[in-house]
Amino acid sequence: MTPLLAINSLTLAFKNLFQHTPVLHGISLSIAKGEKVALVGESGSGKSVTARIILGLLQETATAEIGGEVWFEGRDINAMRKAERAALRGTDMSMIFQDPTSSLNPTYTIRSQFVEVLRRRTADLSRGDCDERMISLLEEVRIPDPLRVLEAYPFQLSGGMNQRVMIAMALANRPKLLLADEPGTALDVSVQAQTLSLMHHLVDNHQTAVLFISHNLGVMREFADRVYVIYRGRIVEYGSTGSLFAGPLHPYTQALMAAVPRITGSGLPDLPEISDTFLAPPVSHGGTL
Amino acid sequence: MRPGSFLGQHILNSPLIRLLLQRLGISFIVLIGVSMLIFVIARVIPGDPARIALGPNAAPEQVASLRAAMHLDDPIVVQYGFFVLDVTRGDLGKSLYTNRPVTVDIVQFLPATLELVFAAGIIMVGLGLPLGILAARYHGRWPDNAVRIFALLTVSAPSFVWAVILMLLFAFYLPLFPIAGRISDIYEIDRVTGFMTIDTLIAGNLVAFQDAFSHLVLPAVALSLSGIGQAARLTRANMVETYEKPFIEMAQAYGFFPSRIARIYVFKPSLIPSLTIIGLDFAAMLGNAFLVEAVFAWPGLSRYGVAVILRKDLNAIMGTVLVIAITFLIVNILVDLLIAFLNPRIRYSTRVDA
Repeated sequence: MTPLLAINSLTLAFKNLFQHTPVLHGISLSIAKGEKVALVGESGSGKSVTARIILGLLQETATAEIGGEVWFEGRDINAMRKAERAALRGTDMSMIFQDPTSSLNPTYTIRSQFVEVLRRRTADLSRGDCDERMISLLEEVRIPDPLRVLEAYPFQLSGGMNQRVMIAMALANRPKLLLADEPGTALDVSVQAQTLSLMHHLVDNHQTAVLFISHNLGVMREFADRVYVIYRGRIVEYGSTGSLFAGPLHPYTQALMAAVPRITGSGLPDLPEISDTFLAPPVSHGGTL
Repeated sequence: MRPGSFLGQHILNSPLIRLLLQRLGISFIVLIGVSMLIFVIARVIPGDPARIALGPNAAPEQVASLRAAMHLDDPIVVQYGFFVLDVTRGDLGKSLYTNRPVTVDIVQFLPATLELVFAAGIIMVGLGLPLGILAARYHGRWPDNAVRIFALLTVSAPSFVWAVILMLLFAFYLPLFPIAGRISDIYEIDRVTGFMTIDTLIAGNLVAFQDAFSHLVLPAVALSLSGIGQAARLTRANMVETYEKPFIEMAQAYGFFPSRIARIYVFKPSLIPSLTIIGLDFAAMLGNAFLVEAVFAWPGLSRYGVAVILRKDLNAIMGTVLVIAITFLIVNILVDLLIAFLNPRIRYSTRVDA
């Protein structure tokens, strides 16, 4: 079975007149239909740019130099024309962001933004049909009073509410792939856990594949079927969540796990900045890249 | 509970109404300050207004009696009291220059200036904002640079220079537009509003309207040019900043069309900070209009204001400045209300202190 998304030795560098800064050094990963995959790494490791390449946003930035292939349903996103990439966004792919409140436009109501999202899939959807769809979608994310929320502006809702709205929007057009870039990091822990379990439940119901980008190992362990560990623009270790957490083999993965805050206290263990093991091929726990 | 007070309470609770009342209160205080300021300034300009009015050949007794009639010999506080009393009765005194009540002069000259300033304001907003949107949407690419050069050109030369250049180009070398005045002498138009373009339409004389309109084009464009550049630059700067916001990345990630993102999702949040400045620009045109009015022989209030200042015509100076100050305040209140209307954070706030 061909995977839904297959990234093949993807490279990315930002260039200007004076500098050429490589960011991704040929990463490969794949996601099957309905699979939940986590991409874990520290900030600056290349997680978020990967998501923006999959969405086809970075391809439009003049300073970004992208190599390799990104196969989505048998078509290479890197080789597509601009309009073809744009057609995928908001329909077959969608995204959830870090801070739900600042990801919604402060000067428009939830309704007008939501309608715009729905019309990405069905351009001529009538107002009545839109309302019906939005209300059922908001009920799906357990928003108690959907009509009031539709009339509201983002600043009138709590962070948790906005996050539910974001999830409802992200799943509104039944995308095949959902990119979740550190969702809810800006929220407090209990609200984050609540909305994440809601999202978990919904993507399972709709068979949506998820690429989950995070530095939070605890969340990953709950959520993902498989994990890729990214470090300095390279995948250093990957495998099923169970075996990777049971026996991390790469020193960076070990360090990452040791860095999880514990009540007894522990810091990031000392690691050499760069060593031979970092450049070695990724450690596999079985499965394909 | 009285039923009548319920409605009143409801209206008072509307943030827009409360904002309006608050702004009106502040404007009233500003107006008192302005009246004091112009009153004092008019009194400290050297030269005796009574002597200037009567001319060098008048007898000292005549001058003395006019001084007494104008209360010029009373203490300045008493003079100010007389001034305020007259103003509240709608009496701005007689102009020594035109020998008519100042209110009559203002009613005659103000509409011409307002027509010019409104036309220039419409051009400023109608061209400046779209140019700013265009520059921000293609920022760093050639449309951005083209708008930048245009804005620099318009901002770097004052409007009277543009007035002369436009006059040379489009009235002299290329006689497309008339050179001076508001309308050709051949038309007799009944004065209703004082706005020539509106009066010709009320008269139903389309040919005269066309004539009045073509008279308006060059002065209005000359007056608006620096405003266009400023509005475009300001809109662009605010929009480029808004483009970095997460909610725009969200709009892009959901595949909204780039031109729609620019016109709707970036423009509206960016317009709010720009509006204050655009409102000020608009009001400042009332003053800038003077030189343009001078170049195009436009019979407006700014030209009148300068003429009376040069003749030390006290009543006319104070009347003119007062009217311009009031117009300024009204424009500012309108802009504040517009901002409150566009910004839901202000519209829906229970407290109005922004």
